[in-house]
Amino acid sequence: MAGEANQRMVEARGLARTFQTRGGPVQAVAGVDFSIMAGEIVGFLGPNGAGKSTTQRMLSTLLAPTAGEAVVAGCDLRRDPVGVRRKIGYVAQGGMTNPRALVDEELVLQARLYGLPAGEAARRAAQMRARLDLADLGAREVKTLSGGQKRRLDIALGLIHAPGLVFLDEPSTGLDPQSRSNLWRHIRGLRDELGTTVFLTTHYLDEADALCDRILIIDHGKIVAEGTPDALKRRIAGDLVVFSVGGEASRARGLLARQPGVREAGEHDGTVRVTVERGEEGALPLMRALDAAQIPVASMQIARPTLDDVFLTLTGHSLRDEPAQGARQHRGAS
Amino acid sequence: MSTWRETGLIFRQQLRLMLREPVWAVLGIIQPLLYLALFGPLLKPLTQAPGFPPGSSWSVFVPGLLIQLAMFGTLFVGFGLIGEVRFGVVERMRVTPASRLALLAGRVLRDVLVLLSQAVLLVAIASAFGLRAPPAGLVLVLAIVALLGVALSSFSYAVALKLKSEDALAQLLNSLAVPLLLLSGILLPMSLAPRWLYLLSRANPFSHVVDGARAAVRGDFGSDSLLVGFVSALALAVAGVAVGTRTFHRESA
Repeated sequence: MAGEANQRMVEARGLARTFQTRGGPVQAVAGVDFSIMAGEIVGFLGPNGAGKSTTQRMLSTLLAPTAGEAVVAGCDLRRDPVGVRRKIGYVAQGGMTNPRALVDEELVLQARLYGLPAGEAARRAAQMRARLDLADLGAREVKTLSGGQKRRLDIALGLIHAPGLVFLDEPSTGLDPQSRSNLWRHIRGLRDELGTTVFLTTHYLDEADALCDRILIIDHGKIVAEGTPDALKRRIAGDLVVFSVGGEASRARGLLARQPGVREAGEHDGTVRVTVERGEEGALPLMRALDAAQIPVASMQIARPTLDDVFLTLTGHSLRDEPAQGARQHRGAS
Repeated sequence: MSTWRETGLIFRQQLRLMLREPVWAVLGIIQPLLYLALFGPLLKPLTQAPGFPPGSSWSVFVPGLLIQLAMFGTLFVGFGLIGEVRFGVVERMRVTPASRLALLAGRVLRDVLVLLSQAVLLVAIASAFGLRAPPAGLVLVLAIVALLGVALSSFSYAVALKLKSEDALAQLLNSLAVPLLLLSGILLPMSLAPRWLYLLSRANPFSHVVDGARAAVRGDFGSDSLLVGFVSALALAVAGVAVGTRTFHRESA
């Protein structure tokens, strides 16, 4: 079911959602524009309450947008929601299974709700179980599965009808590190082996970094940046050069801040941390400047920025910060 | 046509899940049986009271019990749906192309099947206590029970999907159920009531349904009360399904 190259799987224009709450209207998504091409793994990165899930729920027809429009898998979101439903898979954040049901009951029912005949549904169920390491668990009650197995069952349910596009909402939340990396392998496999376009949300930087071809950074309902993980790191944060200068830190900071190509300079505990476009090229002139000012340098380090640095630079707060009050209210409402 | 197929799929899945935990369906029939055994015999001397409807005390009391079973057996099915919402099952189904009516109807059909099995059991035991009724009347009364089941189960699912909280649902349903029960003449016929109370009860569609059920059981097939009762039950069913489907369509579960 791989889409044609260069085909747009998602095209959102001014998509917005406002929730009416007791405290007044809360704008969860404030108008987002983006597209996703067939065969991409795109990550929606942002803190809790940033509007990631709300955007996915709109694109998967679960929530009506209050403004804007979108074409999803070739179908207009407002005019042809049933067409959208046929062509997408959706894996919700909090799970999707009845604990008392059997694994195969859930898989077969889901396949049949997508219109597959009984025999084909059973075949697909077995196929998806094999693909997601659930092969022997068809007759097990869902409540007896481990967290990782349950999550893989959710994904199997979202993929049972071989959709060209799948939405994964926080796929690895609550999993132990081993289950997480195992899940990532499966998600990569969806794209590499089945050609499925994957649109996932995450508030984990390592997940976005490890999985995504392209990242959309969202904060307070707006997309604040997009690009490949590397381009984002390079464009926004630059590289970090750290000099250990002992007691001369504050004089060194003043000097380095005036050097050409330096974006930011800060001091911290006997070190000066300088942001430059490219650390390998930028470090040497800075070293010479310190030398000329007779500031002794004990050591020097070049560090690549993490996506957390990117996020911090773009939004002024860390991904690990508590969500804002309004955002938290919205989560309660959704 | 695919709506029928999808309704069948949901119905069978819901039935399987219920049969895995049949204890609730069994408990649901115990209360009406207690009323039958411990309250029914008290009515016998009352048949002589002025205003008591025609027929034996059983043919007055059992139809009321059946309506009560229909009300309390299905009004609270929404609790199960809130669980399903919490597990994400409802959302998972809403994201498929399956008809929204089917997602509701499959569940309602399961509830009606459970309700009818309980009602048949209740009638059988009531016959042992002394209920005598024409077979056609019993069929009609079971049809009325089924229509009420459709109405209240749909309504309960709609409210559950809207409130998404067991606490709020319990409060709302209890505050509805008690006045509806008291003003329906289920336990004692409203013909015994003072005039103001009788008039008040006429505003409650369930009182007409109860009168209709009594007319069916005593074999009074040409009566207005049977017609009015049946039409009331039918109207409640149509309204319940309409509200339920609309909610399944709209509500972000």
